[in-house]
Amino acid sequence: MTSPVVSRTIVRLGVRSIFGRWRGALLFVLPAVLIGLSVLARALVGQDDEGARHTLYGLGLVVIVPLVALLATSGLLAPEIDDGSISYLLAKPISRHTIVTSKLLVAAACVLAFAALPVLVAGLVLLTDTPSYAVGFAVGALAEGVAYCALFALLSVLTRHAVVVGLIYLLVWEGLLGGLLDGVRWLSVTRWSAAVVQQVADVSLVDDLPLAYAVLALTVVIVAGAWQTGRALRAFNLTGDE
Amino acid sequence: MSEIRIDHVSRWYRNVVAVNDVTMTIGPGVTGLLGPNGAGKSTLIAMMSGFLAPSTGTVTLDGEPLWRNEQVYRKLGLVPEREALFDYLTGRQFVVANAELHGLADPGAAAQRAIALIEMTDAQDREISTYSKGMRQRIKMASALAHDPAVLLLDEPFNGMDPRQRIHLMELLRTMGAEGRTVLFSSHILEEVEQVARQIEVVVAGRHAASGDFGAIRRLMTDRPNRFVLRTGDDRLMASVLLADTSVRGARLRSEGGIELEASDFGRFSEVLPRLAREHGVRLHEVTPTDESLESVFSYLVAP
Repeated sequence: MTSPVVSRTIVRLGVRSIFGRWRGALLFVLPAVLIGLSVLARALVGQDDEGARHTLYGLGLVVIVPLVALLATSGLLAPEIDDGSISYLLAKPISRHTIVTSKLLVAAACVLAFAALPVLVAGLVLLTDTPSYAVGFAVGALAEGVAYCALFALLSVLTRHAVVVGLIYLLVWEGLLGGLLDGVRWLSVTRWSAAVVQQVADVSLVDDLPLAYAVLALTVVIVAGAWQTGRALRAFNLTGDE
Repeated sequence: MSEIRIDHVSRWYRNVVAVNDVTMTIGPGVTGLLGPNGAGKSTLIAMMSGFLAPSTGTVTLDGEPLWRNEQVYRKLGLVPEREALFDYLTGRQFVVANAELHGLADPGAAAQRAIALIEMTDAQDREISTYSKGMRQRIKMASALAHDPAVLLLDEPFNGMDPRQRIHLMELLRTMGAEGRTVLFSSHILEEVEQVARQIEVVVAGRHAASGDFGAIRRLMTDRPNRFVLRTGDDRLMASVLLADTSVRGARLRSEGGIELEASDFGRFSEVLPRLAREHGVRLHEVTPTDESLESVFSYLVAP
């Protein structure tokens, strides 16, 4: 028996679960910070390539986009796994991949609304005369955000401490080591997406990272992450209070 | 008519054995899964509902494996023990969502039927976060009944219910059993189980300790040796008199006063004790059972 790829019910429940918790409010704060700072930078220094690059990459792609993805994904899966209410989704004759795809669709929509679009707006504010710059960053942000969603979804089903592990990964690997060691670019979602940005916008973010490799790596993370999450959910252990 | 078969199933968590070589068949009608807390009831139910893989052995529903087989949920409904629900929904929205996830043709109508069955129609439009424990239990029940399952598994369903809700749920379970559904619920309270269940399966410390109708289980539990401490007007006389009766297996005078007594036939003992005391003019100050806790009642059943 085949079940649909996306369940409208799970999408609807997912949207409500994100905005039904206090975490949902943070999703509005993060893009507001990005756009606010961009407006400030534009007002103070005018249209400045260097400043725009620092804001959109250093703040947008390195901080805001991963955090939005982490908030959206962990808000969708981790609490339900923690309190066991995911059993109401799992005790149904629907494919586990349908559950994961539906949840990731909601997470991706969050990334679009709270990360990619704000990056676009911030880019247009910072460099109004070169819209391709903003578009490049927005495309990169979307690809990056969706890849992070798949990664964090898998993390949510593998560990009860998905948010902490996700934050440590972002800070240590993507942030600290990514800044210190050049080689990390081959295994860094943020750097891959930077390679995508470079293709559209006229800006230099990472050296020596072929676009084909970056696109392939992002695709692999998204597809494999989603697939593995579904497989892990198939073997989900619901333990009682005992 | 559906049947769950548990065949030589063990389950361990690292080196802790939760379920130890259990074989049982759960057929149509109401079955009570009885055992003290931590006996492995939840582990068994998790395996029967496809949320846990047995370490060894097989668990099947009408011949189909339950593990990694989401299609079994077409005919299986589960009421988990844990309280957590989608608190941000109303009761009705929650049950409708469950019906939709089952792919029912008319989820709204199915939800209404299930909600009416558990008498939650009045509260269905309130948010679940405002529900009492008993109401949560009932809305969980409605969500499990939305697709009219042939098999219903309930983990400690009477927890947190007031007496009226308890009686109502008992009636509902009895009706569902009489309709030919396979209903299994767990409980650690014998009185609760024997009021509803035709068949009782007792688990203690992960082992299948006993199986039968409630009469058989009740006899097993009451015909065990019972220990008491008596304080009487004349301990030595009372001990010797009681020891002469066949219902008493042993008596010992305690150095601090009182008699430690083991009765082998509780029914006869409870009738003989006051009569003998009266006949010999000994005053009974105190009769205290010393091993009435549920654990000791159950552990008797698995004693080798």
